[in-house]
Amino acid sequence: MNESENQLSLASVRARLQSAGGREYWRNLEELASTPAFQDLVEREFPRQAIGWAEDEDGVEGRRNFLKLMGASLALAGLTACTRQPTEHIMPYVRQPEELIPGRPLFYATATTLNGVAQGVLAESHEGRPTKIEGNPEHPSTLGACDIFSQASVLELYDPDRAQAVTFQGEIRGWNNFIGALLEMLAGQKTKNGAGIRILTETVTSPTLADQIRAIQKLYPAAKWHQWEPAGPHSARAAALQTFGQPVNTYYNLEHANVVVSLDSDFLASGAGSLRYARQFSKRRRVTESGAPMNRLYVVEPMPTPTGAKADHRLPLRAGDIEEFAWAVAVNLHVGAGPRQSDNGDINRWSGSVADDLLHNKGASLVIAGECQPPIVHALAHVINDFLGNVGKTVFYTDPIEANPVDQVASLQDLAKDLDSGAVDLLLVLGGNPVFNAPVELGMRDRIQKATLRAHLSQYENETSAVCQWLLPETHYLETWGDARAFDGTVTIQQPLIQPLYGGRSACQILQTLTGSPDASPYQIVKGYWGAQHKGADFEAWWRRAVHDGVVESTALPTKTWSIHGEAISEKLRRKKMAGKMEVIFRPDPTIYDGRFSNSGWLQELPKPITKLTWDNAAIISPGDAHRLGVESGSMLELTYQGRKLRAPVWVQPGHVDQAVTLHLGYGRTRAGRAGTGVGFNPYGLRTASALWQDLGMEVHKISGSYAFASTQMDHVLDAGRHIIHKGDIADYRKNPASVHEGAEAPPRALTMYPEFPYPGYAWGMAIDLNSCTGCSACVIACQAENNIAVVGKDQVRRGRAMHWIRIDTYYNGQPNDPAIYNQPVPCMQCEDAPCELVCPVQATTHSAEGLNDMVYNRCVGTRYCSNNCPYKVRRFNFYLYSDYETPSLKLLHNPDVTVRSRGVMEKCTYCVQRINSAKIDAEKQNRKVADGEIQTACQATCPTEAIIFGNINDPNSRVSKMKAEERNYALLAELNTRPRTTYLATLRNPNPEFEG
Amino acid sequence: MADEPNVHQPKTDIAPGYTFGTVTDQIASVVLTRRTPFFWYAAFGAGLVLLLLFLLAVGVLFVKGTGIWGLRTPVMWGFAITNFVWWIGIGHAGTLISAILLLLNQRWRNSINRFAEAMTLFAVACAGMFPVLHLGRPWLAYWLFPYPNTMGVQPNFRSPLVWDVFAVSTYATVSLMFWFVGLMPDLATLRDRTHNRLARFAYGILAMGWRGSARHWSVYETATLLLAGLATPLVLSVHTVVSFDFTIAIVPGWHTTFLPPYFVAGAIYSGFAMVLALAIPLRSIYGLQGLITDRHLDNSAKVMLATGLIVAYAYILETFSAWYGGNTYEQAMVWHRMTGPYAVSYWSLMLCNILAPQALWFKRVRSKPVFLFISAIVVLVGMWLERYVIIVSSLAQDFLPSSWSIFQATRWDWATYIGTIGLFLFLFFLFIRLLPMISIFEVRTLLPSAKVEEEAES
Repeated sequence: MNESENQLSLASVRARLQSAGGREYWRNLEELASTPAFQDLVEREFPRQAIGWAEDEDGVEGRRNFLKLMGASLALAGLTACTRQPTEHIMPYVRQPEELIPGRPLFYATATTLNGVAQGVLAESHEGRPTKIEGNPEHPSTLGACDIFSQASVLELYDPDRAQAVTFQGEIRGWNNFIGALLEMLAGQKTKNGAGIRILTETVTSPTLADQIRAIQKLYPAAKWHQWEPAGPHSARAAALQTFGQPVNTYYNLEHANVVVSLDSDFLASGAGSLRYARQFSKRRRVTESGAPMNRLYVVEPMPTPTGAKADHRLPLRAGDIEEFAWAVAVNLHVGAGPRQSDNGDINRWSGSVADDLLHNKGASLVIAGECQPPIVHALAHVINDFLGNVGKTVFYTDPIEANPVDQVASLQDLAKDLDSGAVDLLLVLGGNPVFNAPVELGMRDRIQKATLRAHLSQYENETSAVCQWLLPETHYLETWGDARAFDGTVTIQQPLIQPLYGGRSACQILQTLTGSPDASPYQIVKGYWGAQHKGADFEAWWRRAVHDGVVESTALPTKTWSIHGEAISEKLRRKKMAGKMEVIFRPDPTIYDGRFSNSGWLQELPKPITKLTWDNAAIISPGDAHRLGVESGSMLELTYQGRKLRAPVWVQPGHVDQAVTLHLGYGRTRAGRAGTGVGFNPYGLRTASALWQDLGMEVHKISGSYAFASTQMDHVLDAGRHIIHKGDIADYRKNPASVHEGAEAPPRALTMYPEFPYPGYAWGMAIDLNSCTGCSACVIACQAENNIAVVGKDQVRRGRAMHWIRIDTYYNGQPNDPAIYNQPVPCMQCEDAPCELVCPVQATTHSAEGLNDMVYNRCVGTRYCSNNCPYKVRRFNFYLYSDYETPSLKLLHNPDVTVRSRGVMEKCTYCVQRINSAKIDAEKQNRKVADGEIQTACQATCPTEAIIFGNINDPNSRVSKMKAEERNYALLAELNTRPRTTYLATLRNPNPEFEG
Repeated sequence: MADEPNVHQPKTDIAPGYTFGTVTDQIASVVLTRRTPFFWYAAFGAGLVLLLLFLLAVGVLFVKGTGIWGLRTPVMWGFAITNFVWWIGIGHAGTLISAILLLLNQRWRNSINRFAEAMTLFAVACAGMFPVLHLGRPWLAYWLFPYPNTMGVQPNFRSPLVWDVFAVSTYATVSLMFWFVGLMPDLATLRDRTHNRLARFAYGILAMGWRGSARHWSVYETATLLLAGLATPLVLSVHTVVSFDFTIAIVPGWHTTFLPPYFVAGAIYSGFAMVLALAIPLRSIYGLQGLITDRHLDNSAKVMLATGLIVAYAYILETFSAWYGGNTYEQAMVWHRMTGPYAVSYWSLMLCNILAPQALWFKRVRSKPVFLFISAIVVLVGMWLERYVIIVSSLAQDFLPSSWSIFQATRWDWATYIGTIGLFLFLFFLFIRLLPMISIFEVRTLLPSAKVEEEAES
């Protein structure tokens, strides 16, 4: 604007004001403002339009400028109006909660339970929302690691399909209606001593819950408590009675075991203490300079498991033949009487060598019987361990951790009998899903309906809820107080992080109603119980400490030794005849377990270890049987066992034993929710109380039809030209460490056109020790939870569009009937010379100053060229809008530090850049460098075997630098000269040199 | 060579008996006076239907995302990029005919260059859509252009996709200009001949005041020559740059130095096949055998045979260098192509591109338009398969066997592909109906009477 003109106008206004002397007042500013001069001034001072086009200006000039401006504005408006921003209201804290800094997560110790047994965890809370589960380093069973079920439990909390209201025959009621009905029923039971009351729970280790049930039984002496856990340690319980004459809890210490024999036990990846065992086992796999002896693992099992994949010697045996193997070892050790020769040549070849190896390592060996093996195998394992002097060194016995270790099959059969006789007036089913997972011949669907009043406390409206009148929404463990024991008896007080989302109640609250105080809060109940238990004055301090630590001090049960019963292994080997039939093997599913997790999208979509199947179970058979039956993966079979039939698709699994079919339980749910209903087929339909885990005598027929599986890996064969897995034997490695890299080549560093990036500050890198990795896949779920990775569903997985940023590749080497199995976790390699960076046309993936391949989601237009050019294929593309922006409860789940990706955008592993930046900000505030180990990527934090190490490779003393300096270190596809920041450490096996097999 | 124009030419490039008047009459009548034949309605209708299918496919694509196609993790490029390369290649013959043959003074080209150029334009239009359609977020396609922006971000000039943007847009622009400049004298002819006022107005606008004065002709000749000079390197460069999309990447099967010449030869191969596939039905429907003579077909077939042999050499070289190079991944790639899940595609492309065209060695085959038409279609199919095999089979099985998986096209893949054929037919038959499909004034220069005058002038 013309300066002089402006001044002139100002001057004229002042002049006018001055000249208006005398009585010509201007009464107020409005009056003054009404003068044209003032308005003109205002117009010029605060122009309404960017360019003046008032009448007094040159008309043409103004119009043209206006049109130009209009055009530009419209064009810009067109550009910016592509996304409509929704109206959102944000609210400040009026009173800030103590300890809470917005944007910084808080961690609370609590515990997840599986089969009643606790895994101590830390739950991450963002402004009151639990978003992620980490292991509790102070808890004996997790040691900071975490399994897939705990990781996925946070999704379960926000599952929109959870039971959300108390319902009576499908109609919504209030809690008071239920309590009224219950009290009415109880009033009637008073006179009968509660003879009509039945409480059916899953396995209970919770001291509080057990105390409540005892109190109920005191009040109603004739009331009965039943327990049923479809995948519980039924055989171990029976074996303890058989061996020691009383219930005994067994756990192991693998740190001192030089030789481990697994009798169909997947101790590295499933079971109560598996995280701890995996940690201890991997410690003995590390090859340090000192040359500590590496342990040796023998595994006999029907279906390959992560434990079998790690074995130095693996023998595929039918589940029923493992008893024979155990006998053979016992006979060779002269602790059992039996035939020295077996019909099975493999067992003959193996048992002697295994027995010798065990004898050479007396007191430093371990025989582990699988939870699915019959009691006699457990008894033999107890006897052998006792004979070898392992008790107190590698094997420990304590009193049972369960509150009431009963024979659960008998317990359920007892309940069924009572239901038939009409003796049950009130049936409280606290958790579980017996209609779905009880032995088939019990017909629980019909029997349960014989109870007069049936109430089901459950997180989901499931098959059992459908036959109960009352469905009571159960709280998630992150919503309520509770307690549970770990594998060694250690108690954890579970504390809630969030108010119950749907007004649910816990089992404790329901039981408290029976003893007369329906309004007691779970906090009062749990704290009240421990207050009564506590001896000493400072209860409040003790309580706070117990809740804070996630471990109640000195509650681990003391180890004891029991003498072995004389008749422990008096029962003789029973060889069953095949008669042209096959063995049926039931196992809990590796990801959805007994079916309880079937509505968890994360677990459904997690590729199952070894098979890499998602969203399905299958009739898993060996390549030999597939050939014999003339079927391939995807063909249909009709399975007939004891007159019951089941149609199931075939999955051909290399390494599976011949003449047996493995069926994973938990699928075929009819009322699970939107993720779990109608997925897979239901092997519970064949499972009877007499053969919970395996039996001979299944007939198998090929039928017409085919089935489309969604497996994330089609090719598993390691070909000789590609050095993907570097591997070797420990003996050769000791002689010549370079032998593990034989045949692989790595080009010189100088072979690149581009100048090296300088990294003056940090240079992040990762090392993955294949020798430690068991392929348990916990890292995959941890990554999914941390990085808001979407679930895409079976159809999309089948189309090759699973979104996991880290995957576990499984390779087979050798004969299909018994291959060596190798697992390899593959996150982004963060290459120095990254092929992806070069080809992105819009610079959406670029090299960071610390060596990361940053992915700029906002900039990505989705050419997918980067993925084509990525030799590791770690990039994932949002073909559709996979992220759920709509479901309200799932919004709470997201990690606020990570962008939720939209349609059409590429995504990939970032080494958890949000964690890196958070640690760097902390360090900068304190004017220091980020310390080694301060940043843990999500996969690293959860890894039970510490196979994944992340850190600053500029620091030669960091753990990752030391690992990369090891001889075993190699880069995947090094010959491409991408120079990955993620490198691998070769895997080693420790075969028995005297082994004939 | 320009000194001896008649050495390799027979006496006439068109059938005898034509005069200036009959040439103009015959070509202009297709647009102005003759009854539109049923064939036109059928072909245009088919194009329109397929175009509607294309619009549906693109509509679904934009609403849902690229997930409607069969793309999956290792095979992130499928039909879209295959179609892009195929269409771009087809366009090449037009430019070759109009620019390179012009510079080489191959005057027989005069009667086929117009519709070949139109074919180029429409093929480039079809091709140009795919890079946008295949984007995950097509509404942000403009980010590939270096425009000043508040983000302060420029495209990554190291990426071949950015080179593509320039190569294809330059090619489209030059082709359009060349075609339009060449049309001007004929538009003026139509303007002067039509009795329809609306048509006269429209042709008049498009003719841009062409009066046919000597000055006009002189400027015209210079402009054509300059544009031909501009377009000539484009024939080589565009497909070279397109091949860089593959050669720059490290994928076995893509990362080879012979891909650029191989792509260019393949482009001309498929382009001439398309010229034949269009010319043969057109000339018989409109009775233009006198202008598009058997000699034209013969020459085109010879070009096809020559480029086909170059392509065959490339296939052999590819296999040889994979073996001789000793690279595990390259060897496995060739082996997978021959025996793996894409073996059917691979061997049918060999059949279509190498074996079938060998028939063109025989004069008897070349002189039968029906055979030529069939072999042109076979080559078009073969060239599409070639791009499909290069793109898809290389991606499906590359370095880590754990990630291998097989691309399977969905119906939307097919709908999009066939839809662009519809768009092409739609545009092409619109062109046939509204513009002279053969250059009137250039064909007139082929007449003996024109030669006499020329010689007299000089």
